Amino acid sequence: MTETAARLLSNWIVAQVPQHADWLTQSLEGLAQGAPDRDLYIFLGLAPRKLGKADLVLNAADLANANAARAGWSPSGWSVDGAARVLALLTATSNRPFAERFKDLRRTSDVAEMIALYRGLPLYPEPEALDFEVGEGLRSNIRAVFEAIAHHNPFPQDHFDDHRWNHMILKALFVGSELSPILGLRERANLELARILVDYAEERWAAGRAVTEELWIPVRPFADDPAIRDKLADAIGKGHLTEEGLL
Amino acid sequence: MMFIDPHAHMISRTTDDYEAMAAAGVVALIEPAFWVGQPRTYVGTYVDYLSSIVGWERFRASQFGIRHYCTVGLNSKEANNEELAEGVMEWLPRFALKEGVVAIGEIGYDEQTALEDKYFRLQLALAKELNLPVMVHTPHRDKKRGTSRSMDVCEEMGLDPSMVIIDHNNEETVAEALQRGYWAGFSIYPSTKMGNVRMVELLKQYGGERIIVDSACDWGISDCLGVAKTAQLALQSGIPPETVHKVCYQNALDAYGQSGQMNEQDWLNPPPIDQRTVYEGNSILRGGRDPKIEAPGERRAGQMLIE
Repeated sequence: MTETAARLLSNWIVAQVPQHADWLTQSLEGLAQGAPDRDLYIFLGLAPRKLGKADLVLNAADLANANAARAGWSPSGWSVDGAARVLALLTATSNRPFAERFKDLRRTSDVAEMIALYRGLPLYPEPEALDFEVGEGLRSNIRAVFEAIAHHNPFPQDHFDDHRWNHMILKALFVGSELSPILGLRERANLELARILVDYAEERWAAGRAVTEELWIPVRPFADDPAIRDKLADAIGKGHLTEEGLL
Repeated sequence: MMFIDPHAHMISRTTDDYEAMAAAGVVALIEPAFWVGQPRTYVGTYVDYLSSIVGWERFRASQFGIRHYCTVGLNSKEANNEELAEGVMEWLPRFALKEGVVAIGEIGYDEQTALEDKYFRLQLALAKELNLPVMVHTPHRDKKRGTSRSMDVCEEMGLDPSMVIIDHNNEETVAEALQRGYWAGFSIYPSTKMGNVRMVELLKQYGGERIIVDSACDWGISDCLGVAKTAQLALQSGIPPETVHKVCYQNALDAYGQSGQMNEQDWLNPPPIDQRTVYEGNSILRGGRDPKIEAPGERRAGQMLIE
């Protein structure tokens, strides 16, 4: 999976900035042969300077290839420099465990770098070892960093336990992030989340605020459960919610 | 009128300040790495500080429609802690190429000790290697000699004066800095550095070439509207608008833009990717309304002059 993903990333970058193909290829060869960490730091720093920060231009076939290489991987919205940074991480060899290296890079990253690091999550080896690092990203106050994990990224769906999943959904609501770009929103619905979301909606209504319609997506499968059905009926009675909203 | 404040320690400032700056027309600012008011005693604290100014503070500024850039460096006071200094020097190259880093700084002398000299030179060498501008903090004490010495050392280390901004100038230091080809920064900072009335007098005498006005606002009693208030006073005093534009905007852009990391298009025409992710856009640029020097609270009301 990693090799195919790396090849795709490399092809896309070269197609978009062919004039920098030599620099990219040579740098990556060095990293693949175990160049010192300093070279990796410099490559990550130079990537936007050399390659620019434009959006990666991808067609339907590219996106299909991405999905075939790693189920759920959707690189639309990635940038050229971000793709190069993830590619470097996939390519560089080291004696240090991947998660340790990731932590080292994340600690000193600027915003764009951190977004790229987290967008790459579905492609990295030893995903379970990144548990702490993913938690740090989810706790970020920078919404774009949070969304690098939460949106268009199959990692949460594949690797989060229910507790972390539920809190990611809640945080998305709190910071005004959309829910629909979260992969697995329906599949990962669970009763505990439905209960929390209904409580959240009640808090909002009590404060005279509205809730996003998206909130009902993970609630619907449990609308008839005794844990929440009375509260929902009450909300419908008070006009906060319609029957159709739950269908 | 759009302003750049090329020296503002926003990590020590409130959201009121960001709002006031944006309302006054500040579209971009530069946050130099500095002494946060008490010494750091662990290298790790320093690393997290640098991480904050390349990441979190940049994001915070963007929420108010202000583009945030920074400089990274080991300040002169903490250069005297050799263990800390050695550690920070190991990390600096990792920060120097981060997005939005426009210079190595603020570096230079405080008490003009041997250790300050050592780390000043090492950082000048790093700036030269990476082709980055340098922001030099000139000392508060023994200022005139310390400023001359800072420029001597820059030249000894092979830096082109056009890549060096000598900051915190006053009436006693400016002539030499300009004559030797450096950019001359002035921090409009109450009581200790430079007031805006004095600044206007300097503009009358020297004009606008290579002169840069900043607020140096930090954790002390300082005014984040130093640039905007100086501009307004200068215009009222008959300084030509072109000169005010140079010293409160264009010169800072030209000097720090040499890093390749600061471009007018960043705020005039932000790329869509930034609009989607971090930059909220400046309401003044969006709405075209006139900048206003107004701020919440009475603290700033009617305080046009900074003495």
